[in-house]
Amino acid sequence: MSSVRDRVRALLKTTGWLQTDIETLADDADLYTAGLTSHATVTLMLALEEAFDVEFPDSLLRRRTFSSVAALVEALTGIGVQKEPV
Amino acid sequence: MSTFIAAARAVGSEIAARHADDVDRHARFPKEALAALRERKLLGILVPASEGGPGAGIADVVSVCHVLGQYCASTAMIYAMHQIQVSCIVRHGGGSSWQRAFMKRLAGEQLLLASATSEAGVGGDVRSSVCAVEEAGGRFALAKQATVISYGADSDGILVTARRTPQSPASDQVIVVVPRKDATLDALQGWDTLGMRGTCSNGYHLDATGEMAQVIAVPYADVSAQTMLPTSHLVWSALWLGIATDAVARARAFVRAETRKRPGATSPGAVRLAEATSLLQLMKSNVVTSLRHYETALGSEDRLSALPFAIAMNNLKTASSQMAVQIVGQALLVCGLAGYRNDSPFSLGRHLRDAHSAALMVNNDRILANTAQLVLALRDDPELLA
Repeated sequence: MSSVRDRVRALLKTTGWLQTDIETLADDADLYTAGLTSHATVTLMLALEEAFDVEFPDSLLRRRTFSSVAALVEALTGIGVQKEPV
Repeated sequence: MSTFIAAARAVGSEIAARHADDVDRHARFPKEALAALRERKLLGILVPASEGGPGAGIADVVSVCHVLGQYCASTAMIYAMHQIQVSCIVRHGGGSSWQRAFMKRLAGEQLLLASATSEAGVGGDVRSSVCAVEEAGGRFALAKQATVISYGADSDGILVTARRTPQSPASDQVIVVVPRKDATLDALQGWDTLGMRGTCSNGYHLDATGEMAQVIAVPYADVSAQTMLPTSHLVWSALWLGIATDAVARARAFVRAETRKRPGATSPGAVRLAEATSLLQLMKSNVVTSLRHYETALGSEDRLSALPFAIAMNNLKTASSQMAVQIVGQALLVCGLAGYRNDSPFSLGRHLRDAHSAALMVNNDRILANTAQLVLALRDDPELLA
């Protein structure tokens, strides 16, 4: 098992959500600047829910939650995903 | 009634209404109504007191649009589109001295702002740009194939969307404030349409240069989600409500006149008038509730960028645009041939043609497709009064 950060990065790499290669982006880089659209945040959210077996509460359904890898990791760990593999 | 609404009522009933048919017939800019709005200082009402304006709120602007829509929909639409641009500067430009100085001009000179968001080559998606801000030595140059710049030729300034840099992806946009004198417009396409003929929404090739300070620093994605989109949907819906309101007023006047002629007999149109009145109430409730929703969310960036808010504002637009046509259609049935005629006091042809633009300006199908994505993330809402 890999860390949440790596799994989020792997997920972002496998899809066409970004117009910039995730490998070239820092954890705090703005994903919207990298091409993430507001439509794509919804499918990204659903993919994350599936991958981590969680549900994003209403309070996290906002732009900032999806703004960077770091923000996504924070959101996921905030709803109970273990940060490091156990 | 606020002073703004009283002033709008005076401009609408005394000026805009008088020229509305001529504006429509000749597809010309409603210059008399816009001059009157300028004279009564209604163009700069959103500018805060700190920059020399009266600091009106979104409710004032929405109310003015609703009033103007009852007299001349083209005038109302121009006013609405102008205030959408002003609200972007007022809400997102405050950190910049250039933008604050421009706000002072908006209030002092009552400038009229237009918008260049549509572009050839993006398939109608205003959240994508082909053109880009090209910076050199603190100045920028920008060239855009703008498929539509409503009243661009009569404006004093244009807000232009573009990619942040020539290297940026299509969705990484900024919005640039361009005073009219710094832009050249070469006409590409005219505006001979079914309705909303006075907005003169011609296409242009736009070339502009200026200082980098004219670029609003906040990403257009945020400006769009928090301000441009909700403001657009509110002011548009309000003016469409204005069109529907006047249509129902004409239908009511018609039924009253019929009933006077035959006392004791109920006019066959009365039932349909009752139905139209019910629809109008529904439409008005939606506009007012959505306005309150926006006012409540205004203080919180999180609320403004939350999905449920975006969905609510999308729904307002698609529902209002359909109801406007539906209500005018009902009013037309009430008035019958008197409504169908172009030379009767109950004429509804212009109302109907203007109302049909509502579903097309930012096509409802595009908005519904966007909402269709967003609703996947929406949670259940089981409470009546949350």
